[in-house]
Amino acid sequence: MNAKKVIAKAYLWLVLIVLYAPIAFIVIFSFTEAKSLGNWTGFSTQLYANLFTGSMQNATGLQSAVINTLLIALAASIVATVLGTVAAIGIFHLHGRKKQTMTFLNNIPMINPDIITGVSLFLLFVFLGISQGYLTVILAHITFCTPYVVLNVMPKLRQMNPNIYEAALDLGATPAQALRKVLVPALRPGMISGFILSFTMSLDDFAVTFFTRGTIGLDTLSTYIYADARKGGLTPELKPLMSIIFLIILVVLLVINIRQSKQQNDNL
Amino acid sequence: MNKRSSWALPYFIFLVLFVVLPLVMILFYALQDGSGHFTLNNVTKFFTDKDALGTFALSIEVAIENTLLCIAIGYPAAYILADNKLNRSAVTVVLFILPMWINALMRTLATAELFTMAGVQLGKGTLLFGMCYDYLPFMIYPIYNQLKKMDKSYSEAAQDLGATPGQVFRKVTLPLSMPGVWSGVMMVFMPTVSTFAISEFLTNNKIKLFGTIIQENINNSMWNYGAALSFIMLIIIGLTTLLQGDQEAEETSGGLI
Repeated sequence: MNAKKVIAKAYLWLVLIVLYAPIAFIVIFSFTEAKSLGNWTGFSTQLYANLFTGSMQNATGLQSAVINTLLIALAASIVATVLGTVAAIGIFHLHGRKKQTMTFLNNIPMINPDIITGVSLFLLFVFLGISQGYLTVILAHITFCTPYVVLNVMPKLRQMNPNIYEAALDLGATPAQALRKVLVPALRPGMISGFILSFTMSLDDFAVTFFTRGTIGLDTLSTYIYADARKGGLTPELKPLMSIIFLIILVVLLVINIRQSKQQNDNL
Repeated sequence: MNKRSSWALPYFIFLVLFVVLPLVMILFYALQDGSGHFTLNNVTKFFTDKDALGTFALSIEVAIENTLLCIAIGYPAAYILADNKLNRSAVTVVLFILPMWINALMRTLATAELFTMAGVQLGKGTLLFGMCYDYLPFMIYPIYNQLKKMDKSYSEAAQDLGATPGQVFRKVTLPLSMPGVWSGVMMVFMPTVSTFAISEFLTNNKIKLFGTIIQENINNSMWNYGAALSFIMLIIIGLTTLLQGDQEAEETSGGLI
């Protein structure tokens, strides 16, 4: 190992340590009973027990926030995946001006900061007199998720042999059959990564949900944490919850990436 | 003969309804007073409102500083990660983008708590460092992607033709990686200006950024002024996008995982 490599490795590790310090902090302090972060009162798994038995303050609030977060993310990313895949096929076959326009429109939600997406949709719903709640939040999440599905499916369309679909039609398949048996299998990797990306972005969203959830008391994990922190005392059970979520994400991402790099090695 | 192009139609309608129309709504409400009459007062109010202007200037300043800080820390990291000789492990790359998937509010709260525990006063310094924590992965990832798909033969050719390593970097690698840097800037700069919860947590509500005033106005039913402030932010987004030009046209097309 030469000096350059040592310095490079040291730099990477230094940045990683700094990057993970807050996360490590949450995980470590999820194993103690203290109410506030940073207060160590001895090792305990009490908070985990509280979380799973629901014996904590405002347990129903946190539980429904978790359920809402998952349901909204699931609904939004399923719709976004279908809408985005169909749209990608359409945009792929467009030409000239129309294609440019669609690409431009598709870029807007990705360029817009969350707060603009949130405020603009809020104003639209106010203008149209639509009462805000689950439906408007899901709709808003579809808006910022779909462009990423389009972007993930597009490269798969470019890699695909365009004649296969025509061949299926020539051989008597209906367009619906050709879609199911030819297009979807070819596009599946792009659809899956688009879906996962949508799901995680929806899980993590705060600003858009904040503006489109209305006044019916709908909370997702993000808005729950925000309200909780503003009240002063953060619910201690959030620490074990966050640690568990972190562990799940870590495992999922590592498995996906290790599988991918294995596949790439197999293909070589 | 190709009917599949019509498959773009539903999404086109969706985009017009839920992306274009809402943006028009921002302008619509910005140019109205409370009772629905046309007025420019909301926009002019911003330019005479000392607090709003001060917050705006501070937001831009913090966003520029944060973006530069992210480039300064993120570029070397992306460079090392993308270099086959220095890093061969895909897991390290995953570790760098992983924090993007952790709830940003929770991470920010923990960061603020860490500062408090270390006895650092919450203020502009903690704001900047905390923001940098939050946005660093968004800078590293696009630069890494760009460097990774760069054709290595360019820098090898430069080397063969007698360029020093410094020259190779300055004249070949850096210019070719600029599209990645630009996407990173887009992913860091605007979100920094517009963030509200993050800045509130990191400074214990002492420092407001532009996003916070928008949120306060909207939440206090001052929709018209809130819309006017959003409109001003839209103009800035438009300007930064124009500055960036067509640089990013293709390179965002890869998957993120």
